[in-house]
Amino acid sequence: MSKKPSKGGAPALDMTPMVDLAFLLVTFFMLTASFRMAEPVVVDPPSSIGKVDLPDNHILVTIDDKGRAFFGISNSTAKMNALREMAAKYKVPFTEQQIIKFSGLPSFGVDIKDLPRYIDTKEDKRSSFQPQKGVPLDTITPNNQLKDWIAIGGRKAVEMYEVAKTKAAEAGGDFKAEKPRYAIKCAASTKYIYVKDVIKTFTDLKLYQFNLITQLEGGGTVVQPEK
Amino acid sequence: MAEIQEGGGGKKGGKKRAKKQSTRIDMTPMVDLAFLLLTFFVLTATFSKPKSMELTFPAPPDNPKDQPPIKNGITFLLSKDDRIFYYEGEFRPKDDEKGMKTQLSELNFSKESLRKYLLEKNKDMQKQVKDLIIKHEAKQLEDSTFKRLVRERKADKMTPTFLIKTDDKATYKNVIDVIDELNYNVVGKYVMVDILKPEMDLVTEKVGQ
Repeated sequence: MSKKPSKGGAPALDMTPMVDLAFLLVTFFMLTASFRMAEPVVVDPPSSIGKVDLPDNHILVTIDDKGRAFFGISNSTAKMNALREMAAKYKVPFTEQQIIKFSGLPSFGVDIKDLPRYIDTKEDKRSSFQPQKGVPLDTITPNNQLKDWIAIGGRKAVEMYEVAKTKAAEAGGDFKAEKPRYAIKCAASTKYIYVKDVIKTFTDLKLYQFNLITQLEGGGTVVQPEK
Repeated sequence: MAEIQEGGGGKKGGKKRAKKQSTRIDMTPMVDLAFLLLTFFVLTATFSKPKSMELTFPAPPDNPKDQPPIKNGITFLLSKDDRIFYYEGEFRPKDDEKGMKTQLSELNFSKESLRKYLLEKNKDMQKQVKDLIIKHEAKQLEDSTFKRLVRERKADKMTPTFLIKTDDKATYKNVIDVIDELNYNVVGKYVMVDILKPEMDLVTEKVGQ
């Protein structure tokens, strides 16, 4: 298909391969894309040489640099079930609609009394929701909602895992899902004393294994002495 | 722009044949859209999963008195401004017949300081492990035996146990950095422990200077 450029007119360029490639890439990115809503806080975790991937099935506690704790469950059904049980425990009424909406939300950091109002807040207004002081986790007074969220959320997540496992066994297929793991994501500049409270909450529940989320790094530490 | 060229190359000023005009579709809008989508997906794509570090905390013993005393312990005390202190052995609040009052030494997070110190402390264990690795690679050891021996070396009484304690001003980054450095140097055992009041006083004294 060689073609000599004709004098005068604009040179015609065969764009077919480029367009093919463009569509190929569009297809690839569309199929690999996973949509997520924005997290309520952006935390910048420290770097480490840890190379373990964060498991897909996890229960995540995020701690921002002011020490606020945010709670999230990756499995949306487990999340809905956990909210139902928490609502019953704390006697906060939720509508079915709110529960469904809640399952699509990422982590949240509000008192359960403010949670219905938080769920009804518009998406773009949610990050400036007040009061957003983090999930209460007082380790001395009985108002440790984070503990209940972790205990109930963890139980529900394991239930969902068991359900998926029996279903897969009945269908005779391979079962690849893993048990839920507890992950902690924390900003590098957070005072460790806040993290300690969260870890205390976990160890009080006899949970001792965590995945601490970090950024990937070449090796060793990077802080250079200033002198 | 992009267009389908059909009709097997154009003959210049070809003869006008009735009804044999090639079908041309203007694909410009479609291609525009394709690139727009491509740009959107490329920019919003998140490729790697977040990485994480697995950490296990010790379960508290049922009876606090059962806890065996830690031998060969090295305690790191973290404080504000990325400062890190350490002392070896047991904590001694004051001079007595067993030895001098505990003095804190300072390290920093550079390769020459903390890493060098850890290497020094772990030299024996690392050498033994290295010998094992060489033997293992030379197929003189079975996989399971190798694993057991490495574990034994790490749990050896002579291998130091590292204790990490923080005061109320240390950051999470410091803690991760220390654990990271310990992992990097394949130390035997390390554990996060609550700081004691006299240790806290010592650190405050040091930092206050």
